[in-house]
Amino acid sequence: MQQRKLVGLLYVAPALAFVICFTVAPFVQMLWMSLHNWSLLTGQKFIGFNNFIKAYNDTQFWVSLVFTLKYTLWITPILMIGGYMIALLVAEKGRLRAIARAVVFVPVVIGLGASSLLWYWLFSYDYGLINRGLLDLGIISKPVVWFGADATLGTWAVISSIVWKVMGFGMILFIAAIQAIPHEVREAGRIDGASQWQAVRRIILPLTYRTVLLVTLVSIIGSLLAFDQFYIMTAGQPGNLTATSVFFIYLNSFPYLKLGYGAALSLILSIVVLLFTLLQLYLNKRLA
Amino acid sequence: MTRKKQKGYLAGAISVALIVVFAAPLLVSVLASIKSKLEAASLPPTYLPHSFSFESYERLWSYQSGLVTYAGNSLGTALITIVLCLGLTIPAGYGLARYPVPFKEPIFVLLLLALIIPYQALLTPLFFMFVKINLHNSLLGLAILHTSIQLPFSLYVMRNAFETVPKELEEAGIVDGCNSFQILRRVFLPAIVPAIITVALFAFITSWNEFLGALVLLSKDTSFTLPVILAAARQQTILGGTDWGMLQAGITISVLPCILFYVLLQKYYVSGLLSGAVK
Repeated sequence: MQQRKLVGLLYVAPALAFVICFTVAPFVQMLWMSLHNWSLLTGQKFIGFNNFIKAYNDTQFWVSLVFTLKYTLWITPILMIGGYMIALLVAEKGRLRAIARAVVFVPVVIGLGASSLLWYWLFSYDYGLINRGLLDLGIISKPVVWFGADATLGTWAVISSIVWKVMGFGMILFIAAIQAIPHEVREAGRIDGASQWQAVRRIILPLTYRTVLLVTLVSIIGSLLAFDQFYIMTAGQPGNLTATSVFFIYLNSFPYLKLGYGAALSLILSIVVLLFTLLQLYLNKRLA
Repeated sequence: MTRKKQKGYLAGAISVALIVVFAAPLLVSVLASIKSKLEAASLPPTYLPHSFSFESYERLWSYQSGLVTYAGNSLGTALITIVLCLGLTIPAGYGLARYPVPFKEPIFVLLLLALIIPYQALLTPLFFMFVKINLHNSLLGLAILHTSIQLPFSLYVMRNAFETVPKELEEAGIVDGCNSFQILRRVFLPAIVPAIITVALFAFITSWNEFLGALVLLSKDTSFTLPVILAAARQQTILGGTDWGMLQAGITISVLPCILFYVLLQKYYVSGLLSGAVK
């Protein structure tokens, strides 16, 4: 028995060592760095909580945080309601629906960088097909400058690209949940004369509630950590109004090399995300 | 027309609309990548190509350090990530599922730590660490980051796979006089092939597509991965404008392996997603 314990530990040891080196150690390092004025060039100086005070007084910190929350607030309902409605439609049997299911899922498997570049082109001022299409349809009379000029317009362009990119993720999980509902339960509803809408509200939605909650949380966390799409499409413009929290950390840590400040900002972001993750784990446990 | 039939037509029409809306962006981009240079530069842009040429791919092929370098870097990083993920989580999953490891629960929680700390937040300290030990600008460094992103999911899949192998199989191995490592190799490995494919597939997709970490850790042009060089190329200008044709060729090459693996390994994709997102 003693020997089996040791053998087991040996099998786990490499993974454990890896996590300690590349997750735990950087995390501790982050805590330490956040208390310093830390630069690659000029060395380190302990400054206590000054980085956090600096963040509190930094307008761009609040602009980024509020923008990230707003983006999350706008995109989450679209993704959840849209994904669920598509799932309701394509979860049923049928050739056309199976094709729709597969096609809606395709953007999920490609990279966010590639999809952002793709939409950067589609929304481009002169060569983009979106302006071309809207002009041809007579919806606009002259091309729209989507990125860099107007923050709201740019954000909605990004949102539409992300809806295209990740709608299939929620859809596929919702389909699995809907299909897991026992056939008899749905049949019973049908015999009772429930309308489609009643069936969804009284039977399907309550029985897939857990999945909806969890997917919502996964999606919220993903949106709070948004970076690629804004870096590639809006580049944070105009005036860093569309720079998300991760973007703000990136700007401070890398181009500006203010690593101590970057670490403090990272810690704040970790705490915000952690609140949602803990909620997710709690719901997982409670609803399981 | 009966109501039911009407509903059927409506559902069909919506399905067709969905297919068009979700397929069109990728399709027009792939098709735009084979426009001739002349057509790609014409305004207003054409919806579908009227010409056919590989000029965009030729320009991508020789862009800066060359496509071979960038795609090679992406592929190399993805392969190292796959090897690391499997090399770490096969033994760990085996140990956790089949051995009375002391402090099993705390260890498992520690191994899943990356789930609660977003890697985006760890990049600042990791960057500093990697500069010190010379792992920045290296594919191994980037692969280590990608492995740490994928480790919790991989371990979760592996442990579950090892747990579902029936005890009788393992006991037969013991009776045959196999030692613990031989049992892992001869009894368990053949039984957990689906888990191995799932872990490798997701490690590949994560690594091949990951952007922010590569952007941060790689600063030398020759070490760039495909997403990083393409993002940089979006603002590079030829004759005063972005080379859209080359960008479309790059997008096509980036998405090709992802879609190929999705088509070939759909089953693993969906089951992996289900176990990964909703545990």
